[in-house]
Amino acid sequence: MSNAPVNNGRRRFLTAATSVVGAVGVAGAAVPFIASWNPSAKAKAAGAPVEVNVSKIATGQLIRAEYRGKPVYIVRRSQEIIDSLGGHEDQLRDPQSAEQQQPTYATNQYRSINPEYLVAEGVCTHLGCAPTYQKGDFSEQVEGVDYGFFCPCHGSKFDMAGRVFAGVPAPLNLVVPEHSFPTAGTLIIGIGKGDA
Amino acid sequence: MLANFMAWIDKRLPVTDAWNKHLAQYPAPKNFNFWYFFGSLAMLVLVNQIVTGIWLTMNYEPSGEGAFASVEYIMRDVDYGWLLRYMHSTGASAFFIVVYLHMYRGLMYGSYQKPRELLWIFGMLIYLVLMAEAFMGYLLPWGNMSYWGAQVIISLFGAIPVIGDDLTTWIRGDYVISGATLNRFFALHVIALPLVLVILVFLHILALHEVGSNNPEGTDIKKKKGSVADSEKSKFAFHKVYTDKYDIVDAIPFHPYYSVKDIMGVVGFLILFCWVMFFAPEGGGYFLEAPNFTPANGLKTPEHIVPVWYFGPFYTILRVIPDKLIGMLGMFAAIGMLFALPWFDRGTVKSFRFRSKAHFVNLVQFTVCFIVLGVLGTMPASELANLIGRIATLGYFGFFIALWFYSNNENTKPVPERVTK
Repeated sequence: MSNAPVNNGRRRFLTAATSVVGAVGVAGAAVPFIASWNPSAKAKAAGAPVEVNVSKIATGQLIRAEYRGKPVYIVRRSQEIIDSLGGHEDQLRDPQSAEQQQPTYATNQYRSINPEYLVAEGVCTHLGCAPTYQKGDFSEQVEGVDYGFFCPCHGSKFDMAGRVFAGVPAPLNLVVPEHSFPTAGTLIIGIGKGDA
Repeated sequence: MLANFMAWIDKRLPVTDAWNKHLAQYPAPKNFNFWYFFGSLAMLVLVNQIVTGIWLTMNYEPSGEGAFASVEYIMRDVDYGWLLRYMHSTGASAFFIVVYLHMYRGLMYGSYQKPRELLWIFGMLIYLVLMAEAFMGYLLPWGNMSYWGAQVIISLFGAIPVIGDDLTTWIRGDYVISGATLNRFFALHVIALPLVLVILVFLHILALHEVGSNNPEGTDIKKKKGSVADSEKSKFAFHKVYTDKYDIVDAIPFHPYYSVKDIMGVVGFLILFCWVMFFAPEGGGYFLEAPNFTPANGLKTPEHIVPVWYFGPFYTILRVIPDKLIGMLGMFAAIGMLFALPWFDRGTVKSFRFRSKAHFVNLVQFTVCFIVLGVLGTMPASELANLIGRIATLGYFGFFIALWFYSNNENTKPVPERVTK
């Protein structure tokens, strides 16, 4: 170093202090740049949770809701359908819902919070076609099973819990989106049980 | 007149000095072979991508509604639009071909070894940015494979514990891939990443000229100052930054010797490039994939989602590992291993020509595994493909592990002092 009259202690302190303040400034200035990548208000509104009144659905009826660009099937299952779910599990690919195609609170035989209502994306897990609800005449697809979903594109079959049958192109059960029932007759798609 | 003008400039900016230092008086080993074409070809393709890219943006519309139609507009209605687009799309694949060959050259001749580690790292960063650039560029035509390819790759980040879901939403800027994703990818593809790429290429070349070029024999052409008799020194005049420190042997100036040689490479390359561009611009479905001729559709998945060929090896590694998170880590680790190559190789002999049989076998198995992984990456998954893919993945990682072990005490041949005639 030179022999210039330099107070190194002071110089180090000033360098460190300037660096710290500068780093805080950089971190602060980074916030808008990072945050601007979040979904915009418009995108958030388009992707907001959807509320559906399910109290007026007739037993056995299917209604469709749209959530984030995807059709969501809501079926009010009769006691007969619920009771039949255990009857064909040996023909299913993933009867226990081991694959994470549903939230944990819907990892059960019915793949739902409330056995009465099936809430599942109407998007075939093969190539994304919309499966057809076969009400009473599904036995033409699977012998002995009266209700189910049949995908007209490539013949994938799902039962009334959205569980895929073995031996069809679709590899996975239908996706069950996050959903909850704030009151008995109201379904909210997009807010999970316990998250509200 | 011109001399006066150059003198005027040189007083203010050392242009002549830089020309001499980096081109006319830059000592390059005299034994460069075929494999040394690909560095300059990569630069040529980079220029092609930048120029055609700028022209494409003049008619491209970066929005979810307009992107696909604007690409069709470029193809059909803009004069020579089809040519500009095919130059750009063929250029993307060509870029990876020349970069892979360029990297393979470094692998064969040990060009990553001390003192060229940083040079190699800059090269790897270029490769990484190039992959990001290609991935984002592939979304822009907004075809169905663009959409689903991006869907698959972005959803990988969802496998990261805790922050995964929020991270994917942040990257997309929406809950699904949408116009918001397209627009940010466009911004990164045309401004941010090309800037980074050009800066990295600049640093890559500066680092190269600091340490000097390797050669197929891996001999050092810079000898200790004063150790070489005048009669043995290279007869050419080199810049004093090189001759002040070293005695230079077996070297020729880059310009005109290698600039002319590289023009030969350019001619050969352009013949192949133009053949693809004019007669097979879709590259048999590997350069432009068939599902990309239909617009992006979030409700209709293409039959087989396969990445463009140049991502094949890494996509296969991802796919054959049954766990999504470990698969993703495996894919990134595969690239990480390449970054760390200079430290996996503990040997001092550079070129495979003078290294052990074991190294030769290892190099061959790595080459085979890499190609097998690449081919599998463009094919639909099956049990057999998974099995082969797993073996090839082991071979890929095994290359680095084995190299680390045997390179410490390797049975090498003596490296000649001088480039052999």
